[in-house]
Amino acid sequence: MKPADPSSGRAPIVSLRQITKRYPGIVANSGIDLDLHPGEVHALLGENGAGKSTLISILSGMVQPDEGVMQIQGAVRRLTSPRDALNAGIGTVYQHPTMVPSLTVLENLMLGGAWFRALQKQATLERFDELCGILGVTIDARARLGELSLGQQQMVEIIKALWSDRRVLILDESTAMLTPQGVDDLLNTMDRLRRAGTAILFTTHKLSEAAHFGDRVTVLRGGRRVGGLDNAELDAMSPDEAVDTFVGMMFGTRDDEGRGTAEAAQPRARRGLGREVLAVSGLGLGDANSTGRPADIGFTVAAGEVLGIAGIEGNGQKELAEILAGQRPLEAGTIRLEGRDVSALGVRARARAGLRYVTDDRLGEGTIGTFDVSCNLLLKRVGDRPFWRHGIRRGEEIVAHARRRIAEYGVYTPSHATPIAHLSGGNIQKVLLARELEGEPKLIIFNKPTHGLDRQNIMSAHQAIRELASRGVGVIVISTDLDELMELSDRIAVMFRGRISGVLKNEGQIRLRIGEFMTGAGAGAGNDPDRGSNSEENAA
Amino acid sequence: MTQATEISNPPAEAHRQGVPLWRSIAASTALQSMVPVVVALIVGAIIILMFGNDPLKFYSMVFKRGLLSWVGLQEVLTRMAPLLLIAAGLIFCYRAGVWNLGMDGQFLIGAVLAAYFAVPLAEALPRGVALGAACAIGALAGATQTIIPAWLKIRYGTNEIISSLMMSLLGLSLTSWLIKGPMHDPNSTAVQTVTLPVEDRFHRLFDTYVSSALLLGFVAIVVAHFVMSRTAFGLRLSMVGANRRAAVHAGLAINRLTALSFAIGGALTGLAGAVEVTAIAGNVRADENPGYGFAILPLVFLARFNGWGTLFLTFIYALLLVGGQSASRRMQIPQEFLLVLVGLVLLFTAISEVRARRRAR
Repeated sequence: MKPADPSSGRAPIVSLRQITKRYPGIVANSGIDLDLHPGEVHALLGENGAGKSTLISILSGMVQPDEGVMQIQGAVRRLTSPRDALNAGIGTVYQHPTMVPSLTVLENLMLGGAWFRALQKQATLERFDELCGILGVTIDARARLGELSLGQQQMVEIIKALWSDRRVLILDESTAMLTPQGVDDLLNTMDRLRRAGTAILFTTHKLSEAAHFGDRVTVLRGGRRVGGLDNAELDAMSPDEAVDTFVGMMFGTRDDEGRGTAEAAQPRARRGLGREVLAVSGLGLGDANSTGRPADIGFTVAAGEVLGIAGIEGNGQKELAEILAGQRPLEAGTIRLEGRDVSALGVRARARAGLRYVTDDRLGEGTIGTFDVSCNLLLKRVGDRPFWRHGIRRGEEIVAHARRRIAEYGVYTPSHATPIAHLSGGNIQKVLLARELEGEPKLIIFNKPTHGLDRQNIMSAHQAIRELASRGVGVIVISTDLDELMELSDRIAVMFRGRISGVLKNEGQIRLRIGEFMTGAGAGAGNDPDRGSNSEENAA
Repeated sequence: MTQATEISNPPAEAHRQGVPLWRSIAASTALQSMVPVVVALIVGAIIILMFGNDPLKFYSMVFKRGLLSWVGLQEVLTRMAPLLLIAAGLIFCYRAGVWNLGMDGQFLIGAVLAAYFAVPLAEALPRGVALGAACAIGALAGATQTIIPAWLKIRYGTNEIISSLMMSLLGLSLTSWLIKGPMHDPNSTAVQTVTLPVEDRFHRLFDTYVSSALLLGFVAIVVAHFVMSRTAFGLRLSMVGANRRAAVHAGLAINRLTALSFAIGGALTGLAGAVEVTAIAGNVRADENPGYGFAILPLVFLARFNGWGTLFLTFIYALLLVGGQSASRRMQIPQEFLLVLVGLVLLFTAISEVRARRRAR
């Protein structure tokens, strides 16, 4: 990236160089460069987990980078607290509301003043009106915050972020909760701020928003900057062309990292597959009009087949997994496991029948952090023989079982009695695998199986999935990481707004096709709800 | 299970590695849990001094009256019966993450209905059967009190802290009306229910004044402990309490478990009310609320829902209650001071826990 953009002729207010932030087992940001110029909207584009939040946390003083330099107005600064960032002129509007809904707008704005000073109503009102004027909005300062629309609430958040003459505004996924009208208003507001000389950093995972909102775009993937467009390049393109470019950057071949290329070079769609293990038809949740709720989903998985499910986070993948596992009531459609209708069965009965689910939320729902490892290994079999007899716990059986599973899966833990929250992410994942693969699984659903894991654990998870498939187990892998899906899958289904927008055989150059299906751009061919799963021909 | 290993392991290991014995003893959890109690007693002593009284005299009198005198000790043990039943009920609820705070209402409804029915029952039936029936009525009444909060929580996700507290207020008003109206004793000048004759109440144990209802409380707490630590049912309740989403993931019938823990908690508290009447008081007076529930609640937390710990703390509390009542009467210290003392213990326990957690990081 160029240090200063010649087209704007102005030096950046904030510039980041080679910012790196590591957490145990993962690198959240790796050598990222970023410039924020006055009077410009800089869109930061990336999938969930691409490193946007970490970068914002660094800019807003919540997190300190391990390496790299931050310059604000030419001077090297280290922001060690949110207060530091505010004093440096950087205001942040977070994704989630930070104000008190039961107080009025005015009261909210006066919060946080020094306790010994009288509330300065008049001064606050004047500043509020002034900022409303700049933003081009009218909001009643005496209205209760909770009674305003979400769009208006966000405007108040923006006003608060800009309060004491801030020159840099960070908007974190600000369109996530807004109606289309609210998005237009926000765009309008950003336009006015831009003219007033504010530098805006706008994060999003929506490609079209980045193309529409941004004067300059940076694309992150896996914690790295994988590309970007500056003013001149963006001006030269139509929004559609820009989106195409982003698809290429976000989902294109990864040339900076060698991971998985050997396997990816030999796609898995090759073998004669076994009989059908899972057949799903017409699956959905009641009101399918809202986006992201699964609707009208149909597909089959054969024994020994790996079906990848791609899609941008929040397009119904998790809900689909939960319906299949039995955690979420099925409102329409049928699920057949080896020809037997299991739609009416609960979680435990389905698990016993061989339908297993390895969740992505390992500590949130997969395990109970305060319970020990041995107990978490049996979480879905509480009360079953031989571990409980007549409902009474049999300690020796439980311990012996835990020792076997720990040894078999190489779980690194001080003992079977260690609370599972003390284990690392990779070892918790091993416990989940040990639990879900026990006995005779017929079909296993993996939701983001390698999310947040380090490389070694990623490889062993992939190995486990391949072994399962070669044993004749049907596997569904849900992931937002296309490389992973292309490495593992025989076929890849893409979800968009709760529907399957296309199914492709994993052979040849399908990467960009998948990217199109993910953004709805591949519509027409695959988005036809009546055909849903039958659009496999699109592969050609 | 894990707790036990944590408690026994570190000091033993420290000793082996050549750390001085006194340090390993000081590090032991059992001793550390005594520190806040001692600090609370010291702060309590300062408050007594501010009243212009002698704290040492007060403390020693509490122990003399409650523990060292035979009459006092028997009184302490008798008082424990309803307290233990409430504690057992709270263990079931709180382990399952059901924050039932309607103990007072559940207790009084159970007490009043048991008192009302015990007298005619005792006239018609043998003592054991009559007492059993009265206790069952009390338990049922207590459980009934939880139906509305349980339904609201399951159906609408309404916070049970509020709804059970509201039910409790309704229950208090209802019992007050019952005692003043349909269930009041026409032959008494005091506004109260008909008194159950002493010979119809629970047996006394052996040659003592200790009521046999103590056994009931003891069994309840032991069973609660056993169920929670050893059975699949208890583990399911703990799963719901520890991580609701994990319980959904594991396919548990969360609604049924929630309703059950509510019902068990309410039934045991209602039973405590019935026991209070049929073992100790004999009747219920209008507008009298012993407020046992909120006294027991912090103790159950302090013991971390462990049955044995609760048993011990309940004993200490009953001791404070009996010894303290008599001591405060003699020394003109308000009886409510005992609650201050219990509150101080809790406060310092909380502080020491926060500190311990910080150190662990």
